[in-house]
Amino acid sequence: MAEPILSVRDLHTEFVANEGIIRAVDGVSFDVFQGRTLGVVGESGCGKSVTARSILGIVERPGRVTGGQIILRPADGPPVDLLKLPAKAMRDIRGPEIALVFQEPMASFSQYYTIGNQIMEGIRLHLGLSRRAARDRAIELLDMVGVPQPSRRVDEYPFQLSGGLRQRVMIAMALSCDPRVLIADEPTTALDVTTQAQILDLLRDLQQKQGLALILITHDMGVIAEMAHDVAVMYLGRAVETGPVGEIFSAPRHPYTRALLRSIPTVLAKPRTRLPTIEGSIPHPSNRPTGCAYHPRCLEIIDERCRAQEPPETGAATTRIRCFLHGGAA
Amino acid sequence: MFSFFRRQPKLSQAERYAQATQFQLTWWRFRRHRVAMVSGVIVALFYLVAVGADFLATTDPHATDARTSYIAPQPIRLFEDDGSFQPYVSGLKGVRDPKTFKLIYTVDPSRHVPIQFFGHGYSYSFLGLDTDVHLFSLKTPERGDGIFILGTDQLGRDVWSRLIVATRVSLTIGLVGVTISLFLGVLLGGVSAFYGGMVDTVIQRVIEVIRSMPTIPLWLGLAAALPNDWSVTQVYFSITVIISLLAWTDLARVVRGKFLALREEEFVMAAELAGASSGRIIFRHMLPSFLSHIIAAVSLALPAMIISETSLSFLGLGLRPPAISWGILLQDAQSIQSLALAPWLLAAAVPVILVILAFNFLGDGLRDAADPYG
Amino acid sequence: MITFIVRRLLLGLFTVWLISMLAFAIIQLPPGDFVDSYIANLAAGGASVSADEANAMRKLYGMGQPIYVQYGKWIVRVVAGDLGESMEWRRPVAEVIGDRIWLTLLLSFAALLVTWGLALPIGIFSAVRQYSVADYIFTLIGFIGIAVPNFLLALIILYAAFRYLGLSVGGLFSAEYALAPWTWDKVKDLSWHLPLPAMILALSGTAQLIRIMRANLLDELRKPYVVTARAKGLSEMRTILKYPVRAALNPFASNIAYLFPYLVSGSIIISIVLGLPTVGPLLVRALIAQDVYLGGAIVLLLGVLTVIGTFISDLVLMWVDPRLRHQMD
Repeated sequence: MAEPILSVRDLHTEFVANEGIIRAVDGVSFDVFQGRTLGVVGESGCGKSVTARSILGIVERPGRVTGGQIILRPADGPPVDLLKLPAKAMRDIRGPEIALVFQEPMASFSQYYTIGNQIMEGIRLHLGLSRRAARDRAIELLDMVGVPQPSRRVDEYPFQLSGGLRQRVMIAMALSCDPRVLIADEPTTALDVTTQAQILDLLRDLQQKQGLALILITHDMGVIAEMAHDVAVMYLGRAVETGPVGEIFSAPRHPYTRALLRSIPTVLAKPRTRLPTIEGSIPHPSNRPTGCAYHPRCLEIIDERCRAQEPPETGAATTRIRCFLHGGAA
Repeated sequence: MFSFFRRQPKLSQAERYAQATQFQLTWWRFRRHRVAMVSGVIVALFYLVAVGADFLATTDPHATDARTSYIAPQPIRLFEDDGSFQPYVSGLKGVRDPKTFKLIYTVDPSRHVPIQFFGHGYSYSFLGLDTDVHLFSLKTPERGDGIFILGTDQLGRDVWSRLIVATRVSLTIGLVGVTISLFLGVLLGGVSAFYGGMVDTVIQRVIEVIRSMPTIPLWLGLAAALPNDWSVTQVYFSITVIISLLAWTDLARVVRGKFLALREEEFVMAAELAGASSGRIIFRHMLPSFLSHIIAAVSLALPAMIISETSLSFLGLGLRPPAISWGILLQDAQSIQSLALAPWLLAAAVPVILVILAFNFLGDGLRDAADPYG
Repeated sequence: MITFIVRRLLLGLFTVWLISMLAFAIIQLPPGDFVDSYIANLAAGGASVSADEANAMRKLYGMGQPIYVQYGKWIVRVVAGDLGESMEWRRPVAEVIGDRIWLTLLLSFAALLVTWGLALPIGIFSAVRQYSVADYIFTLIGFIGIAVPNFLLALIILYAAFRYLGLSVGGLFSAEYALAPWTWDKVKDLSWHLPLPAMILALSGTAQLIRIMRANLLDELRKPYVVTARAKGLSEMRTILKYPVRAALNPFASNIAYLFPYLVSGSIIISIVLGLPTVGPLLVRALIAQDVYLGGAIVLLLGVLTVIGTFISDLVLMWVDPRLRHQMD
């Protein structure tokens, strides 16, 4: 396999809160390859979105990245650690190298400017195009993501568009500077089911055409199965299991991954039986359990070790796992 | 309620939080707000002064004496020359001006007039009891002597005593005014939100109209139209009504907004589905939830009322002498001539600023606390 | 959009009508007959009025007729530009008011500009640097601004300037220009005198707007679209100024509409303290002396001009907010 475009190694992001320091991202590692989709999955509050923001360097106060490496391999030039870049250089990464698509297309646009204005802004800043050329490119992008009548829509305000169209515009905006890595943070959560499917199709399409590296953040195992090549399962700020989607879906090893997969409703299930759920709820990150963070909810907890020690990351080159029971010898 | 009958098990913090009533939650949050707590104490002290004004005054606030005109503030000395504890003030002596032969009174540092506590002074009525006991008064005053902590005005009246008595008028005018505004605001805001439609539109437009008018010229115009021969009490209530007629709109907006927001809440829906009457829903479920917001709005409306009265009286179109209010006291300080001669006449500015500041902090704290989950 | 303008316009006309009723009430409320008092006043000044003249005047004012006829006659004359006679000055009201109404507006408008000019940058700064030392200082100044009624502030400044600087602040003109006709030098003189009263008048409004701006901007800074802008690679400065500030400006702008009447109100009272040649001192004197037509006319003029000012700021608001513009499409 080729070298990854983006490698995240042992990323730590912390928030200072009244309750103390909250470790929102606590040692996440994964690789993203050109033309492949990495699905990042986990329950809400497990640190998925903070991971995305950490990569872009836009974690807001009182949060900050406290450790790890984020290695980007640009098309031309040597690999850089994004965490070590000065602010100005980092701003040139956002847009042309890595772009972001958000969960709430309504709230992610300013209501005071036309969508054309908001798309053109990045183009003019990073590609240095004239106003007219930027506008042509914006229309072209809108057309590419399937917005009908793009030359008219470009002058409309976000509140004049439907939710699905807004998300298409959001994608157009993210792609405006030809990024090589696209992070989509729950891009379909706020949409209805048919629109969800259309947006996912669009993302897959664009990825194949442009050879994007896509990081797809979601809590929906179904979306992962449909879209991703690789998966990182996150629990309380850690990737507990990573690997190719086929292997993980056919032979999940971590008890949390298994529980997640069990709780997908399927049409093949026996009617009127209870859908299995994961017992208990995700602990507050400030109140992190000792040892393996998953042990209070784990059905396969083996011994005191799970309560006392953190399981190290083990496994082969492709799939890696943090579990004493299934991870094999450390 | 239960705790009267059986001991409750000791609750964890989270459980206590979950079981607390809206009022308790508001109170807990408010207590954490230091500045607001201190402000609350200051406001309470001010109202205490208002209640016991005559007791704290040293001289009849209405008594004029040409001889004591424009006496500068007199310090109270705590120890006699021999070092014994005996608070005293210096007496006054009359000196004839060599040119005009006019008798001018100046301070005579050699004559000490001792101060007594709980002595007798001018008579007043307190809670229906006639008395003449004051916190402190002069033991053996001669004519013209007085405890002029803050000096005297042109007519020789004691500024301290007037200030204390004015506190009562200025603070109660705020309370009475807010009561009227609150009544109008809750009534019209509630009606507006409850009936909606045409009624709501009309009330909202009226509010907008009132808010877009410059208030002071209108107040002035209306206040000027009050007949000259009205008694102090009649003027007092008319001014209060005039001020509150234009001030209820903010309260009405708060009430309407909260009312509309609450109507959409699940617990109101739940009560409706459970078959509760609309009276029960309003008084049992909705009112407790926005009571704290109303209290907060009131404590922010009060200082505005006080400023209004002070401004009107300052301009000579509010309360009229012999009534005493902060505005009337400040009226004496209106010109640079009198300020240059007797800067202590500006003393009334201190309680005005202090009380408004305290009410604002208190109101802010209450408003923050009113959203216990926010 | 048209509906919005029409609705605002109708509301404005309704307000004007209400104000005219109030102004008329102010004229009517004092006991006695205006013509009788006016004639008595003229007689006291040594002029005599014949019975015919008195009757003509009675007819002009509609004395003895129902109140709505009197109101009708008054409002018709007002619309035609005749504001009545000032009893105290024995001159037409319009002449007595003269420049003063414009100076009142100028002062209020200058205070509005000061309010905008200070509240906007300070509010933005306080929000972006929340809990910094400067934020605390501005918050403190803000509280003082809210707690000190502007006439008290004027008094204190007046006294302080006199006591410590030996200066007599006040007035809008130096003595030599006060009665002079308008020249460039007079305008220059005015521009020297205007800032202090405008700032005194603006303080409490500024304090409130800073708080509003700060709170709004703090809300807006947490919105996802700010992250979007950052993710585009915009600089922090550009991100904040273009997006959240723009959104926070909206409630800020709608507060301006209510600020104007408030400033006009305040100008009355500080003019008296600072001796400014606005309509303020004139109004108070007219009301105390029961010079009814002068008092009524000033109340009416101030009311109408305020409504116009509010209407203009509504139009500005509409121009600023695309949602308002498109709502009615």
